[in-house]
Amino acid sequence: MVALGPPRTLRALLKELRYLSAATGRPYRDTAAYRYLVEAFRAHRVTSEKLCRAQHELHFQAATYLCLLQSTRNHVALHQEFHSKGERSVEEAAGAVGLKLPQQPGGKGWES
Amino acid sequence: MWRSCFRLAAGGGSFPRRPCLLPAAPLGPGSQAGLAPGLSLPRRAYAPPAERKKFYQNVSITQGENGYEINLDHRKLKTPNAKLFTVPSEALAVAVATEWDSQQDTIKFYTMHLTTLCNTSLDNPSQRNKDQLIQASMKFLDTDTICYRVEEPETLVELQKNEWDPVIDWAEKRYNVKIGSSTNIMGPDIPIKTKETFISHLASYNMWALQGIEFVITQLKSMVLSLGLIDRHLTVEKAVLLSRLEEEYQIQKWGNVEWAHDYELHELRARTAAGTLFVHLCSESSTVKHKLLQE
Repeated sequence: MVALGPPRTLRALLKELRYLSAATGRPYRDTAAYRYLVEAFRAHRVTSEKLCRAQHELHFQAATYLCLLQSTRNHVALHQEFHSKGERSVEEAAGAVGLKLPQQPGGKGWES
Repeated sequence: MWRSCFRLAAGGGSFPRRPCLLPAAPLGPGSQAGLAPGLSLPRRAYAPPAERKKFYQNVSITQGENGYEINLDHRKLKTPNAKLFTVPSEALAVAVATEWDSQQDTIKFYTMHLTTLCNTSLDNPSQRNKDQLIQASMKFLDTDTICYRVEEPETLVELQKNEWDPVIDWAEKRYNVKIGSSTNIMGPDIPIKTKETFISHLASYNMWALQGIEFVITQLKSMVLSLGLIDRHLTVEKAVLLSRLEEEYQIQKWGNVEWAHDYELHELRARTAAGTLFVHLCSESSTVKHKLLQE
């Protein structure tokens, strides 16, 4: 995976938050996650050290959270598309091979 | 085989971590989020439903005496064992609240991995103590994925050598142990000293972090890869790729089946990312030191 710089990670995270907020209808800037992320990135941006371990830690956590959000979204999308429809009914299954179920207006012989 | 077990659990039951078949734990649909006692819902002896209708509008976080709590509308979130849901870290609380907030129409419990991990840590349904958790994690080392090599086909042997050997070298250097790899069916011969080093390393984490570590190891089927994740040597995507190396090899050879391969890939990534994040958030303590601006 290409090494994501902090700005790219933050932008991708905000995009994921936008997807999530599209569900609830409320603007994504209102969410606690947005406020927390923006504040965390802002707080760790300014540092005079060249090799800042805390910044690296924060960025790793941000990248991990981004992976979590992206993969959950993809997983749910794949589930919806391929695994959510359940079984076909008997009529649909017959219709798939071009057959129709028999209709006996008088009822079947053994049902009295 | 492992993954199909998890997939069945994810499809049919809500919390794959819970021993759903134990009748001892209260497992009615009403116990999911601590509803008012007057509400009587039909209780079933087996697994709780995989999905529930979304019954709240707003999710908020409050700070209680033991940590941060989640509120769904005005009700406090509770674990499946009806304990109050408290987390020690604010970032974790925000992430859990986002999970609950992102549900639409139905609550898909099988996508809420951080909530599941928190519930497991709070309830400890399998009632394991620290030593048992460490033992469970160490069991994976004897048949660690990246130490267990094939002998043919040639290209796969090459691939395993090129991708997995660097990680083993890193782990050996970082922890000052000998691990090695093997094509033997019994797996690699891990020296006792190596195991002791890892046991004492794992013992330095608290209970919550250990639950997360054991979860990640179970997902990736490799202790070395999990250590690489926790030490921030590997990204989640890379660790999942290394864990699924043979599958990726076969996919490149025979083609990708979206509804199986991609489905499993994204589920594995989600779980691993959740576990890693959980471990880091439960084992860190952050302080912000403000430096004085100097002119």
